[in-house]
Amino acid sequence: MRKWIVGLGVLLLGIKALAAPIDVAKSSIIIVFSQMGVPIEAQFKRFSGDVQFDAAAPANTRAALTVDVASFDLGDPEYNKEVQKPEWFNAEKFTNATFTSNAVRVLSADKLEADGQLTIKGRTQKIVVPISVKQNGKQQIFSGELAIKRLAFAIGEGEWSATDMVEDNVRIRFTVVTAAQ
Amino acid sequence: MNTPTQRYTTTAIALHWLMAIGIVIAFGMGLTMTDMPGITPAKLRLYNWHKWVGVTLFAFAVLRALWRLTHTAPTLPASIPRWQRQIAELTHYALYVLIFSIPLSGYFYSLAAGFPVVYLGVLPLPVLIEKNAELKPLLHALHFWLNMGLAALVLAHVGAALKHHWIDRDDVLKRMLPWSS
Repeated sequence: MRKWIVGLGVLLLGIKALAAPIDVAKSSIIIVFSQMGVPIEAQFKRFSGDVQFDAAAPANTRAALTVDVASFDLGDPEYNKEVQKPEWFNAEKFTNATFTSNAVRVLSADKLEADGQLTIKGRTQKIVVPISVKQNGKQQIFSGELAIKRLAFAIGEGEWSATDMVEDNVRIRFTVVTAAQ
Repeated sequence: MNTPTQRYTTTAIALHWLMAIGIVIAFGMGLTMTDMPGITPAKLRLYNWHKWVGVTLFAFAVLRALWRLTHTAPTLPASIPRWQRQIAELTHYALYVLIFSIPLSGYFYSLAAGFPVVYLGVLPLPVLIEKNAELKPLLHALHFWLNMGLAALVLAHVGAALKHHWIDRDDVLKRMLPWSS
């Protein structure tokens, strides 16, 4: 039993020691969706998280992100206020959206594929995230783009669930920068 | 015996009335949509439909200008005093300027607000300017005031046509009516 505890402790310490915090100023989470055919771009301005990445063992990559839903910016104060409402993000009840990665597959020298769980508005979906890895001096840059279905997270309920009004497919374009590990 | 007066061509008559109806519809939409409170699917639908009508009117305006440049319009009867003919010419010229400048001002206003126009929800139209916070209110005001000018000129235009028809009892209005009389 003691071996388990020691082993687990070493493992947890090991992860803690290797994970690098996200440099929010250099990172971005951009959301692209279509409103009656018109492409709209927005971004989450406040988020935090850690990425554990070892270039020697990329399959051990782990990531965890927490996004402040109230920081969603459509570029217009009236629209920003609208998306915080219960039909959309319901930010008062669900202040954060989170992502945690589980398994990571190495596709090539600079391409990974991560299985993870995305939780928005209290609903969790399994997602697959394509990640391009690049080292830029003292920085590690993880970027990629994936599509999610907003209705799976009940984003846009009631009259807003009409997909001809706001498309179900929403693209998430992320650039996550950490210090090189 | 009445000398046969010149009539406008069928094309000119069709474009005139199609545009007249379209302008009334677009104008009504414009007034209604800007009065709707908050952000609702109905409001967004109206904004988009308004833009689609505007784009269609712009296309008609181009056709109309080309037609007018290549087909002589009937001249006003000699019985009409010169000053009235000059006002008529000026009014029509101003109306031509407006049927171009109004949709253009609306189009650029939409772009400055960060919303590209996708005609009928399927045909993306060129993004000639990027989102611009300084230009947005200027273009909005321009679009609004040009429309107020249009409203005033249309009232004068309709009033003059009816004056010719009911008071002067000449054929001026008849030349533009779809049915020959």
